[in-house]
Amino acid sequence: MSKITLQRRDVVGTLLAPRKPNLLVVGGLGSPSWDIAATDDNPQDFCLVGAMGLAVPVGLGLAEARPNNRILVITGDGEMLMGIGSLSTVAHARARNLMIVVLDNEQYGETGGQPTHTAGDTDLVAIAAGSGIRTTATIRTENELNELALSIHEIDGPAFYVVKVTPDLPGAVYPPLDGAFAKDRFRMAVLKDQIT
Amino acid sequence: MADATWPEELYALLRKADITQFCYVPDAGHQVLIDRSLADPEVHSVALTTEEEGVALIAGAHLGGKQGVLLMQSSGVGNCVNFFSLIKNGNFPFLTLVSMRGDFGEGNPWQIPMGQATQPVMEDIGITCLRAESPDDLIPTVQAGLTMAFQSEMAIAILLTQKLIGAKAFG
Repeated sequence: MSKITLQRRDVVGTLLAPRKPNLLVVGGLGSPSWDIAATDDNPQDFCLVGAMGLAVPVGLGLAEARPNNRILVITGDGEMLMGIGSLSTVAHARARNLMIVVLDNEQYGETGGQPTHTAGDTDLVAIAAGSGIRTTATIRTENELNELALSIHEIDGPAFYVVKVTPDLPGAVYPPLDGAFAKDRFRMAVLKDQIT
Repeated sequence: MADATWPEELYALLRKADITQFCYVPDAGHQVLIDRSLADPEVHSVALTTEEEGVALIAGAHLGGKQGVLLMQSSGVGNCVNFFSLIKNGNFPFLTLVSMRGDFGEGNPWQIPMGQATQPVMEDIGITCLRAESPDDLIPTVQAGLTMAFQSEMAIAILLTQKLIGAKAFG
């Protein structure tokens, strides 16, 4: 197995570079949310800074409400493990516009780098596939990542990708901590004149 | 309860209020609502593996401009507590219908701790509870809850008490 070289913030930058206006992003606690905020302080991003384990079902609710948008959930391995049952829910709901990317550094970065189970025998891609998500892959190289980024608007979901990243943690760049502000900003951007 | 007409009226009321996202953990107390929502081509109805997924799903639906309801049993309320942070910090409108166990006439002692704690725990974290004790007050109670949740942006739990739905025969 090749050595892990991908850096998390670069990965998010690459994934969001080909972003079109119909892409909506949900970020999971914590570094994935900082990576998204550092890359693109976009009103069409809703980043969780709590409620660990819920990034995927927030994305699912959004995907069902907005069938003409593409929904990208970016979260971490620890956050994904905490809400692992939601992969079954996503598979069952068959949200075709939903894509999940787990930045897997095999540790709980925010709390001091304790290993997650993905540092051991747990394989999130196998769990996703076993949950019934048919499009899955593990991304380890720059080439694989570039290919994924270019297809982000075309992939038939639900789709699930693990991107193996180094344990390096760039500095925290916080998204709005006021959830009500983040929600209203998102809704104003996405719903525009539909808001009542 | 099998012959009760209120579950049908309740489903009609929710749909009239433009609830289009249903999510649930299977439960006998919500059976009619679950069945109607699954058969309704105009709504998304999602079975959850655990109740807190529904808290997130409803928040996601609101981000996308849709209104949802979470159907759960009182035991599921305990699973959701930390995740109500999303609802409260985000000031999301939130409506859940909770079928009570561990309540009036309960015969399974395992249901008592969470059943008795359901309302205080929800109120402690800022969910307003409205109790429905009889078929006569159910519809007005849910009507009030719909207005409070989606017009006044409150977090509302309607507790379907065991006086309303009956205590489950057990043991």
